[in-house]
Amino acid sequence: MALILTDEQVMLKDAVDGFLGEHAPIKHLRQLRDSHDADGLSRTLWQQFGEMGFAGVLIDEEHGGSGLGAVEAGVIAESLGRTLPPSPFFGSAVLSASILQNAGSDAQKFWLSKIAAGEAIVSLAVDEGAKHAPHRIETRAERSGNGFKLNGAKALVLDGHVADALIVAAQTDEGLSLFLVDPKTDGINIERTVMVDAHNAARITLKDVEVDADALIGEVGSGQPVLDRALSLGRACAAAGLNGAGDQAFAITLDYLKTRQQFGKLIGEFQALQHRAAHLYTELELAKAATLGALQAIDEGKETAGLSASVAKAKAGRVAELAVQEGVQMHGGVGMTDEFDIGLYMKRVRVLNETLGDSHFHAEQLARARNY
Amino acid sequence: MSDPETFRLEVRNWLEANCPPEVRGLVESENDLIWGGRNATFKTPAHKAWMDAMGAKGWTAPEWPAEYGGGGLTREQAKILQSELLRIKAQPALSSFGIWMLGPALLAFGTEEQKKKYLPPIVRGEIRWCQGYSEPGSGSDLASLQTRAEDMGDHWIVNGQKIWTSYADKADWIFCLVRTDPSNKHRGISFVLFDMETPGVSTRPITLISGKSPFCETFFDNVRVEKENLVGELNRGWDVAKYLLAHERTMIGAMGEGMGRPLGEIARDSIGTDDQGRIDDPMLRARITEWDMDAAAFKLAMDSAVDRMKAGQAHPALASMLKYYGSELNKRKYELLMAAGGIDALEWESERSHEGDTARSWLRTKANSIEGGTTEVQLNIIAKHLLNLPGA
Repeated sequence: MALILTDEQVMLKDAVDGFLGEHAPIKHLRQLRDSHDADGLSRTLWQQFGEMGFAGVLIDEEHGGSGLGAVEAGVIAESLGRTLPPSPFFGSAVLSASILQNAGSDAQKFWLSKIAAGEAIVSLAVDEGAKHAPHRIETRAERSGNGFKLNGAKALVLDGHVADALIVAAQTDEGLSLFLVDPKTDGINIERTVMVDAHNAARITLKDVEVDADALIGEVGSGQPVLDRALSLGRACAAAGLNGAGDQAFAITLDYLKTRQQFGKLIGEFQALQHRAAHLYTELELAKAATLGALQAIDEGKETAGLSASVAKAKAGRVAELAVQEGVQMHGGVGMTDEFDIGLYMKRVRVLNETLGDSHFHAEQLARARNY
Repeated sequence: MSDPETFRLEVRNWLEANCPPEVRGLVESENDLIWGGRNATFKTPAHKAWMDAMGAKGWTAPEWPAEYGGGGLTREQAKILQSELLRIKAQPALSSFGIWMLGPALLAFGTEEQKKKYLPPIVRGEIRWCQGYSEPGSGSDLASLQTRAEDMGDHWIVNGQKIWTSYADKADWIFCLVRTDPSNKHRGISFVLFDMETPGVSTRPITLISGKSPFCETFFDNVRVEKENLVGELNRGWDVAKYLLAHERTMIGAMGEGMGRPLGEIARDSIGTDDQGRIDDPMLRARITEWDMDAAAFKLAMDSAVDRMKAGQAHPALASMLKYYGSELNKRKYELLMAAGGIDALEWESERSHEGDTARSWLRTKANSIEGGTTEVQLNIIAKHLLNLPGA
């Protein structure tokens, strides 16, 4: 497969960019933030995502989706990285949809059509401590009656404060299991966490939460491969989001280099800034190639796809970090102001970097895979 | 055209029959490389057989048209060939400036006659080429070159000096930039070809910090060059040179690719492991892993670049980006190799160290970010395209 987007994928990219430019430019994020919006995201925008077919990108046609692949999901994630609207896309349309699609029962798949329509938010609860560590999940599910009793604490549950359903990863005697849980169940406490980038997640505690056996997604103890598959996809899409944010931060900075004057000339005429801009641009090219490679590997079902996703997430994270840091520095004083957008990208990149494992986590995956 | 799987099977069978065991396995030193040419030396007779077989098939230049001796393969087929070669760890059948640099320029700018005359011997490894670009006073500012070609009617007389001419002492022919109009800097340069055995041509190897002499000073003293050996238009050699430099840059950028064992394995063998089986130097392990990550991303960027060039979507500064990043990546790699090798990598003369192969290679890589346009020149080119400032 050629490492470029197909014509159809380019058309999708143009459609998403066009839609977001009209309905969710960067001021959309500012409005939600400055008005202290009760949800912190727009359900209307999510419904429009459904109408446009973006929310169901990965969901099969039987459940109202468009049945496309990882590359297309990455295209949408990258566009979201450019204008930064808080959106359930990542948590619901990528992570949860992947799990339900691959392992959900017919009844559970009901949620797929709700996601595809942009009518439901389904959040995945994996993380627990300060860092992403899916190999060290401590939340327990003990057998109880004809179901399970869940105990534990989750963090960085994306959109968890407004979720219509939760997917909870918990340990059972048979191994890791995934549960589809109603957030209103007794014993669940949800705390909205407004993050540095004005996007929202939740901290969720589960205290003796009783669920029926049919809450189980797939067989008991069979959650690991299903979760891993969703995480790989999520990581590659997060990498795409980082590329979008990094790319846009760079574009804004480039504009500034071409307009700001000091010492009687454009600051873009100074070689000290030119070389750094050229370096950054080159790094962005690498990050984008690594990400497209990973997304394609996922679509092709390659065994190494998980590792490719790690490389992409690590590389894209590093590069986006560089893009926003250089962006703020090259803007000088105004880069520190809330009025200029560049700071919004710095904040978003920090959150995306921490989502599903930062560059250290993923570099370590690579080192272990190579037996270093 | 056969379908991809049939083609893959054909390639696999042919390679099984024609790729000798002596040329399989990782390239360990320069000795393993096959350069061809009138005075070619081969590590073993099998090396020559491998070059001849691949050359006859045109697979040393898989995507060149078959009428010029190339393989005539599509991009997709060339990728299949590449993956099959990789699968059996086949070493390159031919390393050649003719294939990497001159060939693409001839295909783009050469006359039909020139293509027919020069390309097939390149593919077969019969003629080895060198590149006459840099001069003592013209390094980064290459277009200031002074080697003069005086018009004598049906031929030119060339006088001047080139420097950093890679393997000039081993090359059969040279492609060379000469000044045909002293009054115009960029539009007074022409691109010519001539035999290194022409009277008046002499070379002197330059000993480098690696102790080796891959580069030469090359002198031209009243060298006769026929008019038919001009490539492209008179005084427009800079266009050819720039085109060719793009290919050279991509090549230098790719230099570190696919050579040798994974860095981490070398480090693990050299340093040993801790009680958890990890390389017993956590900081070096981290730096090597980071290098691996960048190398993996760079490889994909190279693949993507080729696909984009084919699709006509390449960014004008793409070659400079790849050259910049690839050469810096290769320098980083050898710094890590030296750190991994530690005391062992310091040896310069012992048989154990293959005459200081690691140390010499490490020093050699320092030229990567100087040759073919320095890192700083590449960054200038990229920035000019990005910022649309004058001169792009």
